Amino acid sequence: MSVAHDQNTSLPSAYDLPLEDIDVSIAQLFQTQQHFEYFERLRKEDPVHYCKDSEFGAYWSVTKFNDIVEVDSNHKIYSSDKTIVIGDADPDFNPPMFIAMDQPKHDVQRKAVTPAVAPVNLAKLESHIRENVCEILDGLPVGETFDWVDRVSIELTTRMLAILFDFPWEDRRKLTWWSDVTTSNPAQVGADASIVNEEERKKELMECLEYFMNLWTSRGENYEGTDFVSLLATNPDTMEMSNDPLEFLGNLMLLIVGGNDTTRNSISGGVLALNQNPAEYNKLRANPDLIPNMVSEIIRWVTPLGHMRRTALEDTELGGKKIKKGDRVVMWYISGNRDDEIIDRANEFLIDRDKARHHLSFGFGIHRCMGNRVGEMQLRILWEEIMKRFEKVEVIGEPERLCSNFVMGITEMMVKLHPLKA
Amino acid sequence: MPSVTYIEADGKEHKVDVAPGLSLMEGAVNNLVPGIDADCGGACACATCHIYIEPDWHGKTGTRNEMEQSMLDFAEGIKDNSRLACQIKVTDELDGIVVRLPVAQF
Ligand code: HEM
Ligand code: FES
Repeated sequence: MSVAHDQNTSLPSAYDLPLEDIDVSIAQLFQTQQHFEYFERLRKEDPVHYCKDSEFGAYWSVTKFNDIVEVDSNHKIYSSDKTIVIGDADPDFNPPMFIAMDQPKHDVQRKAVTPAVAPVNLAKLESHIRENVCEILDGLPVGETFDWVDRVSIELTTRMLAILFDFPWEDRRKLTWWSDVTTSNPAQVGADASIVNEEERKKELMECLEYFMNLWTSRGENYEGTDFVSLLATNPDTMEMSNDPLEFLGNLMLLIVGGNDTTRNSISGGVLALNQNPAEYNKLRANPDLIPNMVSEIIRWVTPLGHMRRTALEDTELGGKKIKKGDRVVMWYISGNRDDEIIDRANEFLIDRDKARHHLSFGFGIHRCMGNRVGEMQLRILWEEIMKRFEKVEVIGEPERLCSNFVMGITEMMVKLHPLKA
Repeated sequence: MPSVTYIEADGKEHKVDVAPGLSLMEGAVNNLVPGIDADCGGACACATCHIYIEPDWHGKTGTRNEMEQSMLDFAEGIKDNSRLACQIKVTDELDGIVVRLPVAQF
């Protein structure tokens, strides 16, 4: 175990460390944004890198785009069983969820809930989302300074989730809370700023389970809905899940977290990126048709989930390195998305970039993000409506960032709105 | 050069020449045929290059490989003649092939 790193002491430059001592799992690196330099060095000097000792144990870092695609699409060798983050699962409390399962069980459960986010259902959701986007934007205080994360990013993703779960509207912020509780587990992702202790975490999640159990019982048998809960409750392959409450909870946590932090931070990150790149903001004003392409570029730029972890099921080779059975293998999407051998001018935010969809943020292979189209749709609609109303969403001061090696998060970002000139 | 016809879901046809050795995915993308996203760039890892092979050509395009099957399992609107366009190489034998595109990639 290495010592805990104090948030206030800055970490050494990547180039001042011996290569073998580089440990990119330290959560503070992401908060201070130094991780980019660390990954740049690894991509150049040791793209498949072994760190022999970290807070989470020894692990391999996969940092180049193509190596990441190779690991992600090779599910027979690189297993997702039990955990998909760098830290191991808590053996006493690890609710099973299909993102952390291998075939065949993964496939069965994923298929059961996919219809909620399939294209037919999305078309129905579009107008609903737009109404909510308009309502949120029209309620913002023009000319005043306020927190965009709370008023827009969190509010919109929470409403979206409430719709996808057909969740009681007035209780919707519970979803946000359960999501935050789930992702702030320090033993798994190094989030120092844990919001609850271990006991409280379990208690909160058990409350979440109970809440959904009630929803579930009210939706069995003849209920016809295309929300996540109804789909699980009525699909013959998953309806038995209520007999295994922990597995039900696990999949709920997955669906809550999957669609929450990710979209939330893309919403905040996009505003920030446009502020940092005024020429790109001008391009957008001149041509709002760039929005769909910009959405992909925002998602690449932000890379809402910094990594996914696999466990090697057999001895294998990757990028000339010998990986042993049982080794932790971490795919750093946040690094692969800046690999300039694959992505032209990878360190620049370019809203009209060619092949913008060719990024790693949704992962690849059988676990590729199930909600990618919903996420993109939310961002597209949001930006369409922002551009109809505001000349600029101006970021005031420096945003606050989350301390985590998994969720690339912005926790607070003050902004001021400038309405369109009449 | 072999000719390939891509038909969009709304019936619009695109007849283009594709060099042997390229995939049906590359043939579409290089010629700006809309409707194929190809997010993974041909690694059989995203299923956003889903196409339907017209019955006459079905037998000549081979069969799905294991990974392709897994990826198609999660795509939308899968039929018996569904394939991933990046997994089919264009050859002289496929000269004249006709494929259809789904309403949307998922
Ligand atoms: C910008 C938004 C999003 C990003 C960047 C994102 C990212 C990811 C990533 C990296 C994975 C794992 C991929 C892999 O292991 O190869 C994933 C899986 C998943 N995501 Fe997303 N996600 C987003 C939005 C959503 C939304 C809106 C939902 C649901 C409504 C969702 C639900 C899921 C689910 C259920 C999985 C597990 C899939 C499986 O294991 O088969 N995601 N996502
Ligand atoms: S391009 Fe991704 S599967 Fe064919």
